Amino acid sequence: MNAPHLARDQVPAEESRFAVPGMHCAGCISKIEHGLASHAGVHAARVNLTSKQVSIAHDKALSDHDLAEIIRGLGFETSLIAEDRGDHDAAAAGRELLRCLAVAGFAAMNVMLLSVSIWSGADGATRTLFHWISALIALPAIAYAGRPFFRSAWQALSHGRTNMDVPIAIGVTITAAISLYETIVGGAHAYFESALMLLFFLLAGRALDAMMRRRVGDGVAALARQSAPGALVIESDGSSAWRKASELRRGMIMQLAAGERLAADGVVLEGSSAIDASLLTGESAPQSVGPGGQVFAGTLNVAAPITVEVTAAADETALADIGRLMATAGQGKSRYVRIADRGARLYAPVVHMLALLTFAGWMLAGADWHQALLIGVAVLIITCPCALGLAVPVAHVVATGSLMKRGILVKHESAIERLAEADRVVFDKTGTLTLDRLVAENLDELTADQKAIALALSRTTRHPLATAIREALESEDVRAVALTDRVELPGTGVTGLYGETRVALQAPEEAQSTPSVALIIDGDTAAIIRFRDTLRPDAEEAVADIAALGLPGSILSGDKSSAIRPVACALHLTAQSNARPDDKCEALERLRRQGHHVLMVGDGLNDGPALAAAHVSIAPGSASDVGQNAADLVFLGDSLAPIPFAIRAARRTMAIVRQNFGLALIYNAVAVPLAIAGFVTPLVAAVAMSLSSLIVIANSLRLRAVR
Amino acid sequence: MSGLAILIPVAIFLGLAGLAAFFWALSDNQFDDPDGAAARILDDDEEGPEEG
Repeated sequence: MNAPHLARDQVPAEESRFAVPGMHCAGCISKIEHGLASHAGVHAARVNLTSKQVSIAHDKALSDHDLAEIIRGLGFETSLIAEDRGDHDAAAAGRELLRCLAVAGFAAMNVMLLSVSIWSGADGATRTLFHWISALIALPAIAYAGRPFFRSAWQALSHGRTNMDVPIAIGVTITAAISLYETIVGGAHAYFESALMLLFFLLAGRALDAMMRRRVGDGVAALARQSAPGALVIESDGSSAWRKASELRRGMIMQLAAGERLAADGVVLEGSSAIDASLLTGESAPQSVGPGGQVFAGTLNVAAPITVEVTAAADETALADIGRLMATAGQGKSRYVRIADRGARLYAPVVHMLALLTFAGWMLAGADWHQALLIGVAVLIITCPCALGLAVPVAHVVATGSLMKRGILVKHESAIERLAEADRVVFDKTGTLTLDRLVAENLDELTADQKAIALALSRTTRHPLATAIREALESEDVRAVALTDRVELPGTGVTGLYGETRVALQAPEEAQSTPSVALIIDGDTAAIIRFRDTLRPDAEEAVADIAALGLPGSILSGDKSSAIRPVACALHLTAQSNARPDDKCEALERLRRQGHHVLMVGDGLNDGPALAAAHVSIAPGSASDVGQNAADLVFLGDSLAPIPFAIRAARRTMAIVRQNFGLALIYNAVAVPLAIAGFVTPLVAAVAMSLSSLIVIANSLRLRAVR
Repeated sequence: MSGLAILIPVAIFLGLAGLAAFFWALSDNQFDDPDGAAARILDDDEEGPEEG
């Protein structure tokens, strides 16, 4: 049933994975799989509904961009997922934990079956026989299922450190050894089932943890994909040849078609056009460039063909600078120590000391070494952190599940913890607070004739402002007039003949405070069409909501202050404009030094370093590849409401985690004195362990009841 | 005692059989997409299971 749809005789040339969050039923699966498979060049498509992904085996000729377009054509929003070796490693590790868990569960059940008979009164030869059978099941099972702990404990010890796995490994080993000794001498108590239960509960915690542990997307690698693969280079002899981006050198001449992305930084030699630099700067309106103008790698040439002389290529481009900035910014995050690990650092030495002191105490009190060792082991078993091991992972998995249902993907294992700590929020503007498209503001001031002319003109070009006019007018059912002699004037606008009258859409003669276009009819400016960013729906409520949660916000944008002002006013936020990627990082660093834990919300490539540098970061699903990879969480849809929701959920999760720790401590406060006093038999240990684990799980499940 | 001699091996054997079945299912990728498997049963066009 789950066998992939791959035809086995053909080896797929390339495999790409896409996230398709919108699919949720059998109909979606077959629509996507069949829709993709019917395209030439697609060998096979396989949907994974659980992770909301589709993997596509396809010809090299089909680019990821084409595939994304096909999926969008089928009616689903999608974004590319970086193929990551780390994902496979994590999956393999998770699978090994599941195997160990199954073995531990199997063995624990069977040994428990025998132990219950012993506890209910089996003695003499029967008890010895049962102990031997238990040993036969338990020892190989412990050897197999305990490997993750033995390995990690050994690694820690051989580096002269200790971790949570050290008391576990020692506890399990000593328990098994002493139980074997008891079995050989025909003693009354064997702790095989305790050792196995311990392993079972701990492995359950680890397996849940592994499910969370998706490797962080590599933002830097995503950045590399964002840049153009190469450019058409005009050689000195006048011939032209396609060169890869890495082969470009300073002084080469690139020929750039409209709609092409730049592969290197450079200066325009010939032609004038508009450059969409939103990827780099976050500025939404395209900028005109003419000869002598500076253009940057990663920006998009939208209007007309230009010739560019390369001034910086490969590692020297502004884009590569962002990559380096992001790599350094991300380092702080990898040093973050999760609460469970912080707990373990305190806990492990205490447990060791306690068991050792108990053993020594009983020896001094005159017990024989056998009894003292047995009691010491009981302390080790009872304190072994079943409940602690489950406290964090169960709560996290439940919370992640309920966030996922609301369209929020948790991408980093410590994201929830860090989000709960956030006390300041910084927004990017373009694409984050606003949708990433401009909207014509005052089209209703135009007469019907002017609208018809504007529509006809706007259909001549792919310029984003013209697109905005076209979409708005088409939705009003305006009928375009027939134009003749339509020409696009690169860098200025479009013009045409309406009957005998010359009409044009072009940049206004006087500078305007907002992006705008002048409609020229017969040489006179008939109207000036102004554009503005559209706020995301409910942005105002969401921002207020976030502030009410104790996270005062501000805007940090690469856009001009004139473009930011209306947004900042509408949302009552302070703003910093013209911020380049390194300015953003610096601003965040400044806040960090003031003791703030900053939540960064951003989407663009230019936000990449800031997203990586912030204490925790969220990106919208419409964000650039780089933005999504650098962020800790991604929310889907146009609304900003998921952000306050996620903050609340994170805080609730951490509250539950702290309660779980509290419960585990109370349990220890009761059980440890009993164990030290020597009252803990295998039966008591089994009951105590199960009970504490179940309480912690039940407490964590309360997180499912989220509104 | 004679009842035990039969029942204990039977219990352990059944447990092992279950364990083996789980291992097989795990290595057969049957836990990769539980939601998808649940949904695909409703898909009429799906061809029968292929080996892979």
